[in-house]
Amino acid sequence: MAEEEDDLILSELPDDELVPQMGDDLYDGLKDEVAEGVQILLDRGWAPYRILTEALVSGMTVVGNDFRDGILFVPEVLQAANAMKAGMGLLKPLLAETGAPKMGKMVIGTVKGDIHDIGKNLVGMMMEGAGFDVVDLGINTDADEYIDALAREQADILGMSALLTTTMPYMKIVIDTMAEKGIRDDYIVLVGGAPLNEEFGKAIGADAYCRDAAVAVETAKSFVARRHNQMPAG
Amino acid sequence: MTDTLSRMLASRDWLMADGATGTNLFNMGLSSGDAPELWNVEKPDNIRALYRGAVESGSDIFLTNSFGCNAARLKLHDAQNRVRELNRVAAELGRDLADTAGREIVVAGSMGPTGEIMEPMGPLSYSSAVEIFHEQAEGLKEGGVDVLWVETISAPDEFKAAGEAAKLAGMPWCGTMSFDTAGRTMMGVTATDLAEMVDKLPYPPLAFGANCGVGASDLLRTVQGFAAAGTERPIIAKGNAGIPRYEDGHIHYDGTPELMADYAVLARDCGARIIGGCCGTTPEHLKAMREALETRPAGPRPSLDEIAGKLGGFSSASDGTGEAAPAPARNRRRRR
Repeated sequence: MAEEEDDLILSELPDDELVPQMGDDLYDGLKDEVAEGVQILLDRGWAPYRILTEALVSGMTVVGNDFRDGILFVPEVLQAANAMKAGMGLLKPLLAETGAPKMGKMVIGTVKGDIHDIGKNLVGMMMEGAGFDVVDLGINTDADEYIDALAREQADILGMSALLTTTMPYMKIVIDTMAEKGIRDDYIVLVGGAPLNEEFGKAIGADAYCRDAAVAVETAKSFVARRHNQMPAG
Repeated sequence: MTDTLSRMLASRDWLMADGATGTNLFNMGLSSGDAPELWNVEKPDNIRALYRGAVESGSDIFLTNSFGCNAARLKLHDAQNRVRELNRVAAELGRDLADTAGREIVVAGSMGPTGEIMEPMGPLSYSSAVEIFHEQAEGLKEGGVDVLWVETISAPDEFKAAGEAAKLAGMPWCGTMSFDTAGRTMMGVTATDLAEMVDKLPYPPLAFGANCGVGASDLLRTVQGFAAAGTERPIIAKGNAGIPRYEDGHIHYDGTPELMADYAVLARDCGARIIGGCCGTTPEHLKAMREALETRPAGPRPSLDEIAGKLGGFSSASDGTGEAAPAPARNRRRRR
């Protein structure tokens, strides 16, 4: 491997080099550098929402794609998500103040009877990395807890996770309960977990089965975009 | 070398391990979400029936009902103070059965993952992981297991921590990882990585390999990866009975006993010396596997196409190694 150049001074980079550099730093999970980059862009007068979408979300998209393609694995993705979080820590209060548009809100939890949470946590982190608000209900979540949280949080998306073949059928109970209450179509329902597949997602009436956290993010984005398009203009 | 497993490995070409624990217990009425390990004390007859199912179907090795029996998992059921007891009883029930089986049987003390992510990505330190596994190992030892059986691990450090715990307990051990993500473990470990890591361990396992994962085909590709790494150590293949399917409100694994019989023989031809099943593998499957291993001749190493032809296709194009492995499109621009 060739000798690489010395450490860069981020503040000396023009915008069009700093932003791709921040993408690389996210990819490499360098949280101090990502936070520094965000601060520099803020100091240069960038709107918080622009920093979020152009510098952070775009960088995490590359991470997500390489995770989906089997190039990056969970350890690297967790580090990238941690770096993203450092950047978001600076942006979050400013985004709220400036009334920036929201990507959407997800309520997520592992279903009743199931205590596995690595996959669910990963989806939560990647969704946050993509700019979504995430409310994590933890493990062993029953239908009422999901439904109460969806209403309370005014969420757009319900995410359910299961790692056991014996607990995954509970997802259907949640969806059926939502249908009984007449609220099923108010939310985008995404399901995931090792033993699931697309066939199962369809069979239980979810909007989509997501193979991994990267797919969950892409699916959430496209469903939210579709919903916005369906809304009446104005 | 006085332990039972080493002796049996020295005198036999192959050994058959057991099938599923969780799936079979659910068939006996265990509710999802309940800790299967509590049944060791509450419903010991069911656990005896589970073990007997494996032994009567021809298994030479069976695993104790202690997969999630570590403090990190049991605390989810508020039973973190019962680690020693529940492991000991899981082992004692197995020991009793093995000693009266009329043939030599290995009681293997199952040790599954902590379920926590290790430092620096997650909260679990290496020393805590060793401590958690050691506590479990002592309970299993006390109950009389022949060997510790670490399984379904995805992180290298967690595998090493379990091995160190085995050393502290003064017990021989075996270790398998679950390769379920594009040919690698969730944490990115390839078959080659594991084979190389095992050979470098200060207290190496008697045998190592793969369990669970995706389907039987993927698991055999992983076994071929171990063999190609040139290891002399016995290889373990413990694959799922196909892939879970959802039908009429319940789940079943789609691998038939005939398919698992083919899988067992192919596993041996791929280089595995300890062959068993994992999720979805019932006594019916085990009987078919045993019969196939005894009656069908050993053959040459099968090609990936032959494996796919008999057991079904692979879940990903590559096992994460070699030229077909995906590579990042980007170059790192900055020194770390």
